[in-house]
Amino acid sequence: MRPHDETMLLQTPFHARIAKACELNQWDEWKGYTTPHAYTEVEQEYFAIRNSSGVFDLTPMMKYRITGPDAEAFLNRLLTRDIRKVKVGRVAYAVWCDDGGQVMDDGTVFHLGRNDYRLCAYSRMMDWMQWSAMGFDVTIVDETAAVAALAIQGPTSCAILKAMGFEGIESLKPFGIRTFAFDGVILMVSRTGFTGDLGYELWIEPDKAESLWDKLFAAGKNFGIKPIGGAALELARIEAGFLQAGTDFVPAEETVRMGRSRSPFELGLGWLVSFDKPIFNGRRALLEEKKNGSRYRFVYLDVEGNKPAEHSFILKGNKVVGTVTSAAWCPTAKSNIAFAQVEARYGKPGEKLIAEVYYQRELQWSRVLAKCTVIESTVFNPPRRRQTPAADY
Amino acid sequence: MTDSQSNYDVIVVGAGHNGLICASYLARAGRKVLVVEVNSAPGGAAATREFSKGFSVSACAHWLYQLNPKVLKNLALESHGLEFVARDLDTIALAKDGNHIVLSSDSIEGESLTDSDKLAYQRFNQQMLKFSKLLASAFERRAPKLLDRNFTDLATLAKLGFGMKMLGREDMRDFIRLVLINIYDVMEENFDNELLKAAISIDGVLGSHMGPRSPNTVFGYLYRRLGDVYGYKGPAVIKGGMGALGEAIAASAQSSGVELRTDAAVAKINLDVNKVTGVTLVGGEVIDADLVVSNADPKTTFEKLIGFRNIETGVARRVSNIRSRGNAAKLHLALKRLPDFTGLSDAQKGQRLIIAPTMNYIELAFNAAKYGEYSEQPALDISIASLHDDSLVPAGSQVLSAIVQYAPHDLKQGWEVAKEPFKNLVIDCIAQYAPGIKELIVSSELLTPQDLASEFHMTGGHWHHGELSVDQVMMMRPFPGASQYGTSVEGLYLCGAGAHPGGGVMGLAGRNAATEIIKRGDAA
Repeated sequence: MRPHDETMLLQTPFHARIAKACELNQWDEWKGYTTPHAYTEVEQEYFAIRNSSGVFDLTPMMKYRITGPDAEAFLNRLLTRDIRKVKVGRVAYAVWCDDGGQVMDDGTVFHLGRNDYRLCAYSRMMDWMQWSAMGFDVTIVDETAAVAALAIQGPTSCAILKAMGFEGIESLKPFGIRTFAFDGVILMVSRTGFTGDLGYELWIEPDKAESLWDKLFAAGKNFGIKPIGGAALELARIEAGFLQAGTDFVPAEETVRMGRSRSPFELGLGWLVSFDKPIFNGRRALLEEKKNGSRYRFVYLDVEGNKPAEHSFILKGNKVVGTVTSAAWCPTAKSNIAFAQVEARYGKPGEKLIAEVYYQRELQWSRVLAKCTVIESTVFNPPRRRQTPAADY
Repeated sequence: MTDSQSNYDVIVVGAGHNGLICASYLARAGRKVLVVEVNSAPGGAAATREFSKGFSVSACAHWLYQLNPKVLKNLALESHGLEFVARDLDTIALAKDGNHIVLSSDSIEGESLTDSDKLAYQRFNQQMLKFSKLLASAFERRAPKLLDRNFTDLATLAKLGFGMKMLGREDMRDFIRLVLINIYDVMEENFDNELLKAAISIDGVLGSHMGPRSPNTVFGYLYRRLGDVYGYKGPAVIKGGMGALGEAIAASAQSSGVELRTDAAVAKINLDVNKVTGVTLVGGEVIDADLVVSNADPKTTFEKLIGFRNIETGVARRVSNIRSRGNAAKLHLALKRLPDFTGLSDAQKGQRLIIAPTMNYIELAFNAAKYGEYSEQPALDISIASLHDDSLVPAGSQVLSAIVQYAPHDLKQGWEVAKEPFKNLVIDCIAQYAPGIKELIVSSELLTPQDLASEFHMTGGHWHHGELSVDQVMMMRPFPGASQYGTSVEGLYLCGAGAHPGGGVMGLAGRNAATEIIKRGDAA
């Protein structure tokens, strides 16, 4: 890691390669790192994810290594889901709450070995984890900068990894982990991602990052491999129906105003809450909420027309009943999707609502009242996402 | 391991005065209550200790000055053996040259005092009593929650607000101005005499990790003066030492049907996920009950008895952040006969004696504590209880007890090596005012905050189970979110000094906790 007085934003170990490929020179900031917004053209990159393979540098994702005799017990108190059910070699999506049952963040837990876990998160949360570690025999290390990570997502991703020589990768199940020898070190591969497609995430020590990048792109040459930036990933994740912390909810500890945080139930993540396990953060409040009802309901909306309903008010009749947090015209699903939070008594599947969409054409603002329908899940969910052994395309 | 039958409604952990008081009120309301106490005698820090053959002394608190009169009356403590052998004692600020100042509840005397200081004292005293009265109005009920819009809580807040308004414009302004600042500045504002300023300001810092220039010391002073609101015109002495108070409260509790088990250490409070099911004693015996009321301090309760891993992170964080650094040691001297104090009559030797010549002396003494060192010149609060109660000592002998500030719980060099030199230093300090006292010493002991912590199971050896300061009182005591005696753990209540309104041998935390539990009825 560079001292902060030399550079305001840090660079990932892939930066030299990324900078060369980033023809548009468009950059975003992600938790203190420089990260590409788009390399060439957002739609091309998006279609690489859906039709061939896109490669995304996810090194800036916060990565915490949790080890020690109480690692499992520690995580089980920290997270709302029952971590005891996640076997070694498996990955699980999870959220964690404060005492008030409000979501602090979401992320993935990698069960690397007995009482050895990696927790990937959007937020920096070392302080919260240290507080949470009181009474547990665990060691928590921030390994964000010590682990370089690339996601390769898309139908040809398995074929590319096979071409790299990772034998048997096709038999890796979704949310599974496997390790391979690579350039003298161990490369960890997990069948995970943020696109809702067939895809993998590759985890390696920073020294080998450029070598991994080079060999991956060499192997993918004939499989339509393409580096992708944050913009294309954003489109893919909305199409897949994945929440983005900081966008679809405000991490509880970052909220300033009362009532601006959300519970797992209010984000449609009730399936991540297990009351059949020992105490966990938020348990009492969530039980109470389950009994008394939630304030909000998270819904997917299929919006009429093709204008993305970004930041729209959601109306029932003339009354504002909610707002949109993420929205996009999704090219593969060919739907205009919006994520919205509405008052809990609205938003049952099939309910018709109205999105008040504002858009601008040549400095002229227009408004449409787009009809929308509450749908149970987003429409992009191809069989190849789960198919094992993964197919070649 | 045996499992006893679940025939108790409530288990109280700790037979400190608050635990026993809480147990009494609960038993009187028809609950079947068991009190388990790790020590052999009830009373907690209201204890009497035979530290040398034939010499007994109040081991921790040595004055009684704010036991709530309602508690005294409701529990009929005087018919259960409580006997005051001295009441309304003066406080005497000692001067090496014998020019002492005597502070009574409403006047001061001393050759070094000017008329303007005497007048100022009367004015100051009246104002402080008004302020303490205001605090007292909020202390006899549970601390209000700010967000729940509960009628009782709103009434408490309204009463506090109305009470402030009723102080009148000048005094209300002064209250708001003074309550958060430091006693040093307030003394400078009011008085000229250094010895007088020191004698008043020490009441703002006793037992705390604060010096006269620390914020919150005016609050600490007002808290101490609650005793005056409760009818104490100065400290009182109990026959048999403070342990006798513990015995009287225990006797009263038992007469109300409370079952008391001493020499029974609780290893843990048992939980079913987040609900209390009883306690397990050291040795393995399990006792069931749906309600457990902890008289232990919040850190002991949550960290040791419940376990941080069994509560939510936010609560664990708040508990671990409670400031509870004990800074007071106790010195006990067994004396052949009554020592001479320069300029003090024998009758005066039975009053409360203070060694703290100036506020800067106290502040300098505190400086050391900030850096983990003991004071080279400590401030002392001295009691010679045997002058009022000869049952404490062999005939003709005397026993001296002194609260010594400052002696940090976490001493840099460790108390094992420092205890003896510090004890001698404190004795030297007293000898400057009582020449010849050293020759009278039969035996002596120093209880450091670590000793007090292990003897009375108080985290940090802090008397009040957590600093008494504005950020840790009312709805913030013991920590935000756990007020009103209930906790995040279903069926677990706090009734000790760590709960509202706080420490001192006052008894309101125990009484209020019982009121709250009774009020919540079956739901509690």
